[in-house]
Amino acid sequence: MKYYDKLIFELSKPGRTAFSLPKAQGTLPKSGNIWRETPTELPEVSELDVVRHYTNLSQMNFGVDSGFYPLGSCTMKYNPKINEEIAALPAFAALHPLQPETTVEGVKEVYDQLDKTLAAITGMKKFTFLPCAGAHGELTGLMLIREYHMSRGDHARTKVIVPDSAHGTNPASAAVCGLNIVVVKSQENGLVDVESLKPLLGPDVAGIMLTNPNTLGLFEKDIKQIAELVHECGGLLYYDGANMNPLLGVVRPGDMGFDVMHLNLHKTFSTPHGGGGPGVGPVGVGERLVPFVDKCKVSGFNGNFGVMLKAYTYILSLGKENIKLAGKLSTLNANYIKECLKDCYKLPIDTVCKHEFVFDGLLEDNGVTTLDVAKRLLDYGYHAPTIYFPLLFHQAIMIEPTETESKETLDGFIEVMRTIAQEAKTDPEMLHSAPHNTPVGRPDETTAARQPILKYTQQ
Amino acid sequence: MSSFSYFPHTEEDIQQMLDRIGVSSLEDLYCDVPQEYIFKGEFDLPEALSEQEIREYFESLAAKNTKLKVFVGQGAYDHYVPAVIPAITSRSEFLTAYTPYQCEISQGTLRYIFEWQSLICKLTGLDCSNASMYDGATAAAEAVRMCVASTRKRNTVVVSARLLPNVIEVIQTYAKYSGVNIVVSEDVVEDIAEGTLDLAGVIVPSINRYGIIENHTGLADLVHNLGGIMVMYCDPSALTVVKSPAEWGADVAVGDGQSLGIPLCYGGPYVGFMACRSEYMRKLPGRIVGQTKDAEGKRSYVLTLQAREQHIRREKATSNICSNQSLMALWCTVYLSLMGPEGMKRVNTLCYERSHYLYNELLATGKFEAVYEGEFIKEFVLKPLCDVAKLQQALLDGGYFAALQTEEGYVTFCATEKHSVQEIDRLVKIIKEL
Repeated sequence: MKYYDKLIFELSKPGRTAFSLPKAQGTLPKSGNIWRETPTELPEVSELDVVRHYTNLSQMNFGVDSGFYPLGSCTMKYNPKINEEIAALPAFAALHPLQPETTVEGVKEVYDQLDKTLAAITGMKKFTFLPCAGAHGELTGLMLIREYHMSRGDHARTKVIVPDSAHGTNPASAAVCGLNIVVVKSQENGLVDVESLKPLLGPDVAGIMLTNPNTLGLFEKDIKQIAELVHECGGLLYYDGANMNPLLGVVRPGDMGFDVMHLNLHKTFSTPHGGGGPGVGPVGVGERLVPFVDKCKVSGFNGNFGVMLKAYTYILSLGKENIKLAGKLSTLNANYIKECLKDCYKLPIDTVCKHEFVFDGLLEDNGVTTLDVAKRLLDYGYHAPTIYFPLLFHQAIMIEPTETESKETLDGFIEVMRTIAQEAKTDPEMLHSAPHNTPVGRPDETTAARQPILKYTQQ
Repeated sequence: MSSFSYFPHTEEDIQQMLDRIGVSSLEDLYCDVPQEYIFKGEFDLPEALSEQEIREYFESLAAKNTKLKVFVGQGAYDHYVPAVIPAITSRSEFLTAYTPYQCEISQGTLRYIFEWQSLICKLTGLDCSNASMYDGATAAAEAVRMCVASTRKRNTVVVSARLLPNVIEVIQTYAKYSGVNIVVSEDVVEDIAEGTLDLAGVIVPSINRYGIIENHTGLADLVHNLGGIMVMYCDPSALTVVKSPAEWGADVAVGDGQSLGIPLCYGGPYVGFMACRSEYMRKLPGRIVGQTKDAEGKRSYVLTLQAREQHIRREKATSNICSNQSLMALWCTVYLSLMGPEGMKRVNTLCYERSHYLYNELLATGKFEAVYEGEFIKEFVLKPLCDVAKLQQALLDGGYFAALQTEEGYVTFCATEKHSVQEIDRLVKIIKEL
């Protein structure tokens, strides 16, 4: 990667243009106090300027196509190329969202089939596709839970239980949905403590949000008992599908007693993350919530249809044969890395994991932090794992390899992680100042937050 | 083993890896899962399709959609998409990257987000912008939260009834659960002037659901005197020619970036935007990119002001948003870079000419009556004097999606730079012959 220092505004020269449009006959009117007075200072550049500028920017970026991306809880699996081609078909891309149903029969079939196939995969009954991301799905699912309780005149249920290991979006979504958050602790073994859960249950509980496997990559073994307890008290179970990948083709959330869940099509179903979106966070419901599933209008039109096309393409590629291996291979890959590195990195909970696992820093750290390890990985051409999450461990390194990575790729990563552990012993200073081979070094984040510069201003 | 192209494992690989882990089968890796939850049946899914079969299947699905020329807007506008944009946004370094947490290898994403934020500030005239929202409607719903969070003990947001209906609906959905009081108002000035509401803010359109550019003279002063926040919902394409939110005195601007060259795609993915005056900066939801330097003094970009966000603040975050619509923000950024000030003027001038031509030709058929007098740029409503169902069917039969009916019984039309005079003549001819 080479450093490139321009912003598009800095390439601007008055009089240059990069647009190609038919000629206009007249001009816009000016009277009436409704027209813009100050000009919009957009860049004035040529078409090649634009193409080169963004190509140069792209070359300072690392994607799944660039190399191994073991970012925990993000499921950075390969994004198949055929998916992109299907999503760009003009017969889909040119459709207006308000067109009459009779003119979009092909679209309807995509929604119907995606609904049907996701229901088969998850054991849920019906999906809504309006949510545009995982957190958006969480919010929608919680709205459905509230609708269910309200429809029964059960207005006292305003409490939602969230484990301390949960993704930050869980409590944040519950707050946006007007619910009060109660945290349930994890035990030493990283799992939800059923005994701590019991006293929290009562007539004020709307539900519990669980990620299973949880953010430590551990399967919540007591799920059956948890489901029974929550249901007994009149609450519902929400399944955070962010960690669905190891269960893909192996276990269905609906069978474990979950009433509502979201999937991240941009994780489990191979659609690209696009530097932070767009995704889709479809919400699936069990029997009890079916009457409510379409009640909440949470986005402007029909959801991120273009992304749904990609996920549906992936499901068709996978088919009933290959799906049975998807989750298992992701679990195999994670356990393999864990076993090959646990003599160098601290493994706080040494047990079989699912698609991801968490180290708590180096075994012999010599003052080298998780941040140092992560930054050094960049020098070796790997994306770093998720770091400092979950909050249960101070030096958390959360590694998720996904099923699309080969043994050779994992072996290469393992070797580098071992090299870094050695470097920590011999040259800790070099790790503190890593990365050394990237377009920029560690940026000064403190100044960025204290004196924010959030937009370009001409010098 | 499997001959599936997305799984690289050979039989030998799997065996070696299982041996290293110390278990005898893949199933053993699920020993912590109660056996009753292991799915033993066959999934009710089709058999795996090859790439060629997938292509054929989707071509058959595509053929079930009717190809129409779109003459309706209502929040999704059929603008021309320059060829450069997909060429850039399909670059895998952008497409297959995650959120730019590791800033040293994400300077490409961080820089285009910084450019997007800068462009949104230029369009709206406001001080700061976030990295994007899901769409215009959710951006408006988040703006409601921002109004309430930024004003003490105030819980009412007055929403103009002339916002797009789907935007109002999403605002109401969010507000229902968070407990914000939403007043949908036919006349915002009149409804707030008495000062009896615990007013946190108002949301008004820059261009309303009937396509009319609204005049908000005096509104900002009134709202501010009442201690509220003024939010404006905007079409970013038109913002290059109509008075900006800052010029109207608004504190917050939201809207959908779709009109900046994003394909219609049956409603998504689009991208919401949100900008505000600097005093509300720390109340913004979602990601924000800031400029800084590395140790060598090289200009670099990072995700910043993260103390607002869910992964730090959990239930106290300004919003639950995590993933946004980053790639679509790149889409709009490239669009605006290509168009420049002259291109945006041309787009809006062409929209104005074509839509006014269509408007006049439609009135000349004698089958419609004018409804509103205000200026419009690309979208307008008419009162039909004919049978609307017949009108719509004749248009569909002729290959046009037009004359969508509004709640009031009017019909809406929209014409952009994509609609030639000849095309408009063909559409009008169908109506004349009704």
